[in-house]
Amino acid sequence: MQDLASAFTTAFGLILSLDPAVLAIVALSLRVSLSALVLAALIGLPLGALLAVARFPGRGSVITLTNALMGLPPVVVGLLIYLLLSRSGPLGSFGLLFTPTAMIIAQAVLITPILAALTRQVLEGMWEEYAEQLRSFGAGPWRAVPTLLWDGRFLLLTVLLAGFGRAAAEVGAVMVVGGNIEGFTRVMTTAIALETSKGDLPLALALGIVLMAIVLGVNALAQGVRGIAARWAG
Amino acid sequence: MPRAGLAEMRAPDSILPLRTDGLGFNAGGAEILSDVSLKITAGAPTLLIGANGAGKSVLLRLLHGLLKPSAGRVFWAMPIDLAARRQAMVFQRPVLLRRSVLANTLYPMALAGVVREDRDARAEAALALVGLADRAADPARKLSVGQQQRLALARAAALQPELLFLDEPSASLDPAATRAVEEIVLTLAQRGTKIVMTTHDLAQARRLAGDVVFLHRGNVLEQAPAEAFFQQPASATASAFLRGELVW
Repeated sequence: MQDLASAFTTAFGLILSLDPAVLAIVALSLRVSLSALVLAALIGLPLGALLAVARFPGRGSVITLTNALMGLPPVVVGLLIYLLLSRSGPLGSFGLLFTPTAMIIAQAVLITPILAALTRQVLEGMWEEYAEQLRSFGAGPWRAVPTLLWDGRFLLLTVLLAGFGRAAAEVGAVMVVGGNIEGFTRVMTTAIALETSKGDLPLALALGIVLMAIVLGVNALAQGVRGIAARWAG
Repeated sequence: MPRAGLAEMRAPDSILPLRTDGLGFNAGGAEILSDVSLKITAGAPTLLIGANGAGKSVLLRLLHGLLKPSAGRVFWAMPIDLAARRQAMVFQRPVLLRRSVLANTLYPMALAGVVREDRDARAEAALALVGLADRAADPARKLSVGQQQRLALARAAALQPELLFLDEPSASLDPAATRAVEEIVLTLAQRGTKIVMTTHDLAQARRLAGDVVFLHRGNVLEQAPAEAFFQQPASATASAFLRGELVW
């Protein structure tokens, strides 16, 4: 109990004193997860929107697949990206393994299906409502994709936040492809895992608190966005 | 076609008359419309009337190209891809984009390829026409139902279509909002837009119609000038309908 209390005290000390090691880890975490989010959004959002509007044979299977891929275990994604990026792998010549870039790729692969599946769910109802009117305006499914993405922008922000939360909180993928190298590929989650196993609870706790604060902040943001959405969507 | 260039120069400058030949539509084995042959010409509004389920909305969707006929064809006075761009449709329940009133008016013009410099002026004029000029910046979906339907009309009017389809545009509106919609429709008609509109409201049909197409159980029983139709319908079914007797 004494240990826990002193660990908390030290943890808050580390945060309040803006400890450079902590800051560097937090900054890398944000950089990796936000970059992964941007990458995944560029692919996942249009893909999800297209899945919402397009009618083609096998559509049901594709939807089932994206839904299933939402539960992709991060370690498995890490392993796949590891195999692709390792020296002997097909993309080995780029020398990306154990770099932040590899971590971004892994997290992007992890959350792209999440963004695509949630985007489809959010936009499908909207498409049912819009389809006839847009066809009357002369817009086919392809033209409808940007329209739906724009009109669903507030709902999609919460989709993005869900993806970001997943990326920021996962440890398996970045651990495997990043290697948790101090000052280079160490992020909050991998640092927490390491420091806990080493017994350095204050640092682990400090990072845990920051991570929680970020997750909470993201959710508060999502709440606010839903409020704005309600105002516009009617 | 050695003289295609010349033929193009002589292309008709109106999409009317609109003709259908033996038009039919089946849905899940049920015959919704059969053997509809019509000619709709330029001029005062054409009103499609009939009881609920007579096939009015389906006919409108077939004419506008939203549904594919199971039989027969729709003929425009020019190739269909050109004709499609000169017509618009307003639905019973307006589907407004989750954008501002102004953005809703601009959207279809962008799709229709109206040059950018013209869009703002056209949108402004259309919103003024329906009395929503002061609401341009508001979220469209926060408007009242009546205002939403007026916005749907403005959006269509901004396209300056030669022909405007209206599917029961005032069916879910109160009398004041209905009156507003009718005034807009008459204004558009006076400016030369051909109106083709469904209604189950006979009083409305009397107020608006230049000619009437009477549908009954998926068949066109009559097409006649409004005055003649309302005074002396040719079919017994239509007279029963006009007397307010159930004909379904």
